[in-house]
Amino acid sequence: MSKTRASGRTVGGLRSLSLQAPAVTLLLLWMLVPLGMTVWFSLQRYNLLMPGMESFAGLENYEYLFTDPALWRAMGNTLLLVGSVLVITVGGGVLLAVLFQQEFPGRGIARVLAISPFFVMPTVSALVWKNMMMHPSNGVLAWLAGVFGLPAVDWFSSLPLTSIIIIVAWQWLPFALLILLTAMQSLDDDQVEAARMDGAGPIAVFFYITLPHLKRAISVVIMIEMIFLLTIFAEIYVTTSGGPGLATTNLAFLIYIQALLDFDVGLASAGGVVAIILANIVAIFLVRLVARNLES
Amino acid sequence: MTTYKTKQALPAEGHLATTPASEVRARHTPLVPSVGARRIWLTLLGWGIALFIFFPILWMVLTGFKSEAEAIADPSLIFTPTLESYVAVQARADYFKFAMNSVVVAFGSTLLALLIAIPSAYAMAFLPTKRTKGTLLWMLSTKMLPPVGVLVPIYLLFRDVGLLDTRTGLVIVYTLMNLPIVVWMLYTFFKDLPRDILEAGRMDGASTLQEVLYLLLPLTLPGIASTGLLSVILSWNEAFWSLNLTSSSAAPLTAYIASFSSPEGLFWAKLSAASTMAIAPILVFGWLTQKQMVRGLTFGAVK
Repeated sequence: MSKTRASGRTVGGLRSLSLQAPAVTLLLLWMLVPLGMTVWFSLQRYNLLMPGMESFAGLENYEYLFTDPALWRAMGNTLLLVGSVLVITVGGGVLLAVLFQQEFPGRGIARVLAISPFFVMPTVSALVWKNMMMHPSNGVLAWLAGVFGLPAVDWFSSLPLTSIIIIVAWQWLPFALLILLTAMQSLDDDQVEAARMDGAGPIAVFFYITLPHLKRAISVVIMIEMIFLLTIFAEIYVTTSGGPGLATTNLAFLIYIQALLDFDVGLASAGGVVAIILANIVAIFLVRLVARNLES
Repeated sequence: MTTYKTKQALPAEGHLATTPASEVRARHTPLVPSVGARRIWLTLLGWGIALFIFFPILWMVLTGFKSEAEAIADPSLIFTPTLESYVAVQARADYFKFAMNSVVVAFGSTLLALLIAIPSAYAMAFLPTKRTKGTLLWMLSTKMLPPVGVLVPIYLLFRDVGLLDTRTGLVIVYTLMNLPIVVWMLYTFFKDLPRDILEAGRMDGASTLQEVLYLLLPLTLPGIASTGLLSVILSWNEAFWSLNLTSSSAAPLTAYIASFSSPEGLFWAKLSAASTMAIAPILVFGWLTQKQMVRGLTFGAVK
């Protein structure tokens, strides 16, 4: 370690490799061991309710899975959930960042309140929304509707996926706000000033200066959110349990149902493999796109 | 050594502490006549939206201080606060045991993740090879592995080595769960550090360890802190693994809250009291460290 280097620059990949070794090795084990086991189980007829009946199944689990309409429904729900929440949080986050960047009395406290949902655990926020906000008879939203003389909405039975999207967006909007607000603070005032002098209105400043400045921050938000949104679980588990029917079942929840409610390890593992492949397709296309954006 | 530190660190700090935009604007732009009206509008809008977003949390905290009858009555801000729900909740399950587990697991896993990630991020930022970009992307892709997809193998492995329902088991899972994010954030923070500072240190004959301890760590402390804070929050709030891998002795607050949700889902006051207790520590922690987190983030990925 204490070896002195003359040039300091090119000591070669070996040192770099050894420094990276702990993280890389651990993650490789974390990925390969369970993944290997999952792939192996997915080729087995393996149900915990029928011990001693395990046998090689070949691709039977996959065949069953791909002919099951639930898989396609779950994939659609997953993409719809991720896409909607991303649009809401990034769009809303940009607007709110512009708002909270303005000077007004108590701005600091208002900011802290607005980013608070990010610190709330998903199980708690799901419970609060389900019971106290969206409850069809005693919830705050039902009461509000009543004040305006409107019929109360039974959120989780009539708009199940929308309800989940609202809850998840409520949790992640503050995260987008936090990052974008931070990025706003490094916006060059002189540049804005110069544009103003040249007669640019607030809208022109927003589109030609603010938005381009936020590009990198938006990439970070999209990348981090995508990672977490693809595996949303607690919110669905606590509120709808995937229902009614399959209306709110995403891939993560579908596998959970098969593994822990039907005890079908083989089928659940096949679902796991499909989910992993799907996640990595998303990773390859989107994360690469975003990562390129981060380089400059 | 210290000379570099002070000399180079100052501009970065100074940049963050520049005059607020509004003051500059107020001095230089010709003022629109209705500037007072605009300010009132802004205040109303800002506070309105902030309270709108915060409302569910506020409502939950208030409901925790109501009686069960008041909790399901029409929404009202006027009621006699009572601690009966808190007493009932505490009588059913020892809050402090769960809270302690959360603290140990969240901070333990964060510390471990930082220890493993710092050398790795250092190597990636300052000794990049052709494979570095690929390694980074691969690390992130392990985050996309849906936990349910590998739950069964992990459960069976943990059962066989006796890690089920232990804090150690959760620390291991959370460390690995957050490691990719921690490496990424640290990498971006490290990469933004001007290379010359480390080069100069090397010229003076600093070893790698000295370089890391006396130059890298102090200069990127805000970034490391904000990475750590994010990792603590993510671990504290994680529900899937904690629910499936613990039962009683190592169960953190996520499990505590779940025990109140199913059988007593309709007892809103008790549920609210339990929820408030589960999120209060991390919410206050988040509020207190928010500036730090923001500063750290400014320093790094987002500029």
